[in-house]
Amino acid sequence: MSTDQVLRETSEIFIDVMDNEALQIKLDTSAKDIEEWDSLTHIQLIVAIEKHFKLKFTSQEIRNFNQVGDMIHLIEQKLG
Amino acid sequence: MDSFSALKKNLKKDFAGLPVLRIAVLADSASQLFVQAFRGAGYNLGINFLIFESDYNQIQLQILDPHSDLYAFHPDYTIVFQSTQKLRKKFYELSYSEKTSFSTDQLRAIVQLTDHLHASSKSRVIYFNFPEVTDNIYGNFANKLAGSFIYQLRSINLGLMNLAITNPQLYINDLSALHNQFGYSFVHDEKVYINTDILFSIDFLPIIARNTAKIIQSIQGTFIKCVILDLDNTLWGGTIGDDGVESIQIGDLGGGKAFTEFQHWLKQLKNRGIILAVCSKNTEAIAKAPFENHPDMVLRLTDIAVFIANWETKVDNIRHIQSILNIGFDSMVFLDDNPFERDMVRTHLPEITVPELPEDPAEYLQCLQVLNLFETASFTEEDTTRTKQYQTEARRAELQKTFSDENDFLQSLKMNALVQPFTRFNCPRVTQLSQRSNQFNLRTTRYTEDMIKTLSESGEYYTLAFSLADKYGDNGLIALAILEKQDTETLFIETWLMSCRVLKRGMENFMLNTIVELACKNGFKCLKGEYLPTLKNALVKNHYENLGFNALEGHWLMDANSYQARPTFIEHITETNVPN
Repeated sequence: MSTDQVLRETSEIFIDVMDNEALQIKLDTSAKDIEEWDSLTHIQLIVAIEKHFKLKFTSQEIRNFNQVGDMIHLIEQKLG
Repeated sequence: MDSFSALKKNLKKDFAGLPVLRIAVLADSASQLFVQAFRGAGYNLGINFLIFESDYNQIQLQILDPHSDLYAFHPDYTIVFQSTQKLRKKFYELSYSEKTSFSTDQLRAIVQLTDHLHASSKSRVIYFNFPEVTDNIYGNFANKLAGSFIYQLRSINLGLMNLAITNPQLYINDLSALHNQFGYSFVHDEKVYINTDILFSIDFLPIIARNTAKIIQSIQGTFIKCVILDLDNTLWGGTIGDDGVESIQIGDLGGGKAFTEFQHWLKQLKNRGIILAVCSKNTEAIAKAPFENHPDMVLRLTDIAVFIANWETKVDNIRHIQSILNIGFDSMVFLDDNPFERDMVRTHLPEITVPELPEDPAEYLQCLQVLNLFETASFTEEDTTRTKQYQTEARRAELQKTFSDENDFLQSLKMNALVQPFTRFNCPRVTQLSQRSNQFNLRTTRYTEDMIKTLSESGEYYTLAFSLADKYGDNGLIALAILEKQDTETLFIETWLMSCRVLKRGMENFMLNTIVELACKNGFKCLKGEYLPTLKNALVKNHYENLGFNALEGHWLMDANSYQARPTFIEHITETNVPN
């Protein structure tokens, strides 16, 4: 799956979890750019992404996500 | 079942007009997501939960301090959720001999908490029990050791049940049972827990939220009272009209075992007070044959309160069943293997609960047990005879058809009513009736057993419990009046309610005669009534007006001294002259 494709699908998940249709994310988007993105929605994002792409993150990996790009690259890596 | 994100989206919907309940949530883990799911689940049940969420890990602090935010919030319910993880941490700090008395110490602490809560608040308490997860320090040998964690956990859970049996304000949220049903790996998500201290997985949140909301909903008086059953391929395998009574699958024949076990479960439900009704597209005599003749049938005609088999639509027949039983559609469950019939009923009678049944009848029982449709807040002796009472009611209805004059019919019933104050013997039933009655209920105040005991002993009230019997048998305790001594002249009718089983017998006339007599005897001059409308009690909208009360500033008044006794066909008896 291409980076673009992963970003598109991840973006849908962001919109659903944040319940905000207007939300637009890029690779360098981070938590400070999105008001709804706090530790609680973060964990919902992680679980929804795991479910959608059928993969698992470790708790170490979750703590190291600083921006959307970190997630996208790890997803790509895991999808191999 | 809604997903967590669907429940969360409910939070943006319009809660205006929904009845409000004030709920305090105290937890020693992060409870924010539970609170979101719980409020969302409340919306689905038509309740606006206003929530006070205490700061993290403040259970003791909030409960033990009488001036805490918890008490300032005046909760209707307080949910207490202690995590097994925190419990385990405490347990591990103990010496072996201390470990053996851990559950006793914990239970003592829980009693201290609930005692404080009851002293400072009228709130009911919903306490989560503990998932019985072994730490495998000793393997299976833990079962032979009083100092093992699993032994102590199980003792605490058993102890909690015993506390709940004796404390009417305490209810247990059976997290342990859900844990067994769904499994550890579904209920928990370790990485969520490690990163956020949230105990539950995102997928389990809607389940625990709904479970909690349903406990509250049933205490508030909304619960299932009746199951309407299809026959062919629901109660037995095969089609009775085509296969004949000897070839249906029940007992050892074919997949009969699944239906036999299903019927056993239904019979248990019936024995605890759920009404069973049959609604089948069949010729009546053919449909009844297995109930009468088949040796392997568990359910018999005596178990069925209303039996309808004809070729009308199920929607019409269910409306008919509803009119006989006189209970709300929202207290009925309809079980049918046919998806077409299920959809028809759902479309036309949206208030009825219509679960999707699995395609394979072998899975019916498990599927329905997981749904937990029959949450209840009480169980009394009265429940065990409910089916018989509805059957008798059907016989009365038959008799009534033979009379053209209403009064002649009422006279022929030879009714008598026993009138008693509330006592410790009738207290459970009085409480239950206050929780169950929706239609003939003027102010819809729900009481707990504790509240009933307190007010009947306070000296501020007169209490009246009415039991009605007639030539067909005893209806049991079916009506209540609670009269508050508002001043030296006025009795305020705080509660006037009646079971809908005994509508149209002139019971309200008899009750008013009794109330006025009591007022006069004790020197009160004025009776004051009030009607508080709900979605369900329009039936008694004009109750006081019809009985001759006069409207004054939102209340209804009656001068006791000039009252003329109303006509009634019910004989007043006291316990000493109960007729044989």
